[in-house]
Amino acid sequence: MMTQTGRLAATREALGPTLIKLAEEGLDIVVVDADLGVSTTAAQFGQRFPNRFYTMGVAEQNAVGVAAGLAAAGKIAFVSSFAAFIPGHCYDQVRMAIAQPNLNVKIAASHGGVVTGEDGASAQALEDLSLMLALPTFRVIVPADVVECAQAIEEAARRYGPFYIRMVRPKIPVIYDESYRFQLGKAHLLRPGSDVTIMAIGVMVYQALQAAQLLAQEGIEARVLNMASLRPLDEGAVVAAAKETGAIVTAEDHSVHGGLGSLVAQVVARTCPVPMTFVGMTSFGSTGRWDQLLEHFLLTPNRIAQEAKEVISRKRG
Amino acid sequence: MTAQAGSGHPAGSLSCVEILVALYFHVLRHDPKNPHWPLRDRFILSKGHVTPAYYAVLAEAGYFPTEELDTFRRLGSRLQGHTVMNCPPGVEMSAGSLGMGLSFALGLALAARLDGAPWRVYCLLSDGDCNEGQTWEAAMAASHHQVDRLTAIIDYNRIQNDGFSDYTHYQGGGDRRIGGWIGPNGYAVNIMSLEPLGQKWQAFGWHVIEVDGHNLPSLVEAFQRAQKHTERPTVVICHTIKGKGVSFMENNPAYHGKAPTPEEAERALKELE
Repeated sequence: MMTQTGRLAATREALGPTLIKLAEEGLDIVVVDADLGVSTTAAQFGQRFPNRFYTMGVAEQNAVGVAAGLAAAGKIAFVSSFAAFIPGHCYDQVRMAIAQPNLNVKIAASHGGVVTGEDGASAQALEDLSLMLALPTFRVIVPADVVECAQAIEEAARRYGPFYIRMVRPKIPVIYDESYRFQLGKAHLLRPGSDVTIMAIGVMVYQALQAAQLLAQEGIEARVLNMASLRPLDEGAVVAAAKETGAIVTAEDHSVHGGLGSLVAQVVARTCPVPMTFVGMTSFGSTGRWDQLLEHFLLTPNRIAQEAKEVISRKRG
Repeated sequence: MTAQAGSGHPAGSLSCVEILVALYFHVLRHDPKNPHWPLRDRFILSKGHVTPAYYAVLAEAGYFPTEELDTFRRLGSRLQGHTVMNCPPGVEMSAGSLGMGLSFALGLALAARLDGAPWRVYCLLSDGDCNEGQTWEAAMAASHHQVDRLTAIIDYNRIQNDGFSDYTHYQGGGDRRIGGWIGPNGYAVNIMSLEPLGQKWQAFGWHVIEVDGHNLPSLVEAFQRAQKHTERPTVVICHTIKGKGVSFMENNPAYHGKAPTPEEAERALKELE
């Protein structure tokens, strides 16, 4: 199943085509756009279904409110922008108009993480997952590649309630082939191992796989889990990882405060405390090519491997 | 209600009573016994703090028993200080953070148009709502999308949380400095002037109707006139008096977010009879 396909694609490329496919199948989808539909690929939906695509201009607060109103009238409402702007620019609107009344709105946010690249720190959302995870009614998904992203969008469309799907701008390695099946609330085991577990999301899943290969060369068997479904979280997989491997590294292109690492640490602390460490962002981003930025901010296979050895050294007995 | 609860927003409630009565008893097509009737007109309360008036009108219209009004703001009550969607059924949207109602109303109106459904959408805004940028984003978008089934209603009482929204309503004299300041009674003067309010909405592409917000027949006539407008949304600017009907509350910013004492409440109810 896990085949590093050699293909590159941006997760955002899944948005427009998947929405078109679902609407053609008869789902009552509408899309609200805040002048970034070409970038998020939502505009492709507008070309195919002009009456169901609403441009709101660069006005994210209003776009979120309009999506909520459409949902309240029975539509499956997608609202799409960059993660810096939704939820970044309109958090209270997301909280009050979508999360509290539990409306059927799906936020498809592109340009998550430092891999957003040359546009620099302002465009690189590093806080969006912390914000979205603080809203109890939202389900939060961070697909690892374009194949998983298409399936996550479909899952969100077919289930009632608020969803947040985080996508990325650059073309990143595609790790899944078409036989893959995304399951909401399930971690996906990409590599078995019993010495340590690396849990990753988004672009860091590929980095984690590379790290596991480096560790294997030193005789360390790392379990690699894709934690795309942040909420609902696969607590069973986290507990099993803690019990069976005794050490955990989390890896995310996001602040280490409030994202994957914090979420996993809460489960581990409550159920089976083991040494953990957290690979992620501790500062704002900067400008540069996305792969250079991953190197610059140490979101690399080498760093993950190093941290893995460090947590293993802290294991008891 | 607010006196019993010990907190709440009495004055802004009194300024929009006639607006709510006009809508719920003369204009809206709705069925209180069937609050989820798909073809009902939608009323969206953006100024979500005026729950004393809103809940009272909903109860009087038959959405829930009037006795339940006594539970207002109490632990376990369905009647929270600010509105919560479907709680009780008939409340169309959660509100409390100002500026959000018109966007939601626009989304509803777009859905109705897409479905070819006959229902209309009404949204009640406050002065404070018109301070929020989101209201103007929604205003721009509603005329851009030619949503003629949407009617915005402004309860233009010119008093907000901290005091007076502009000089024209402030009686205290003193020098008129640029921007706002705090007057001798501790309340702000000239928080954010909305004038010329009608021209602003007109410039945003709306039909504008101005009306005495305490005159029931004029309000009903204005809302009916709004239904006949096509291609553009309509705003009904209702000139109102905050705390209307209670001598010591009228135009007094002290009662924006403060409940009257039991003695004051008794006086107020006598005056309102």
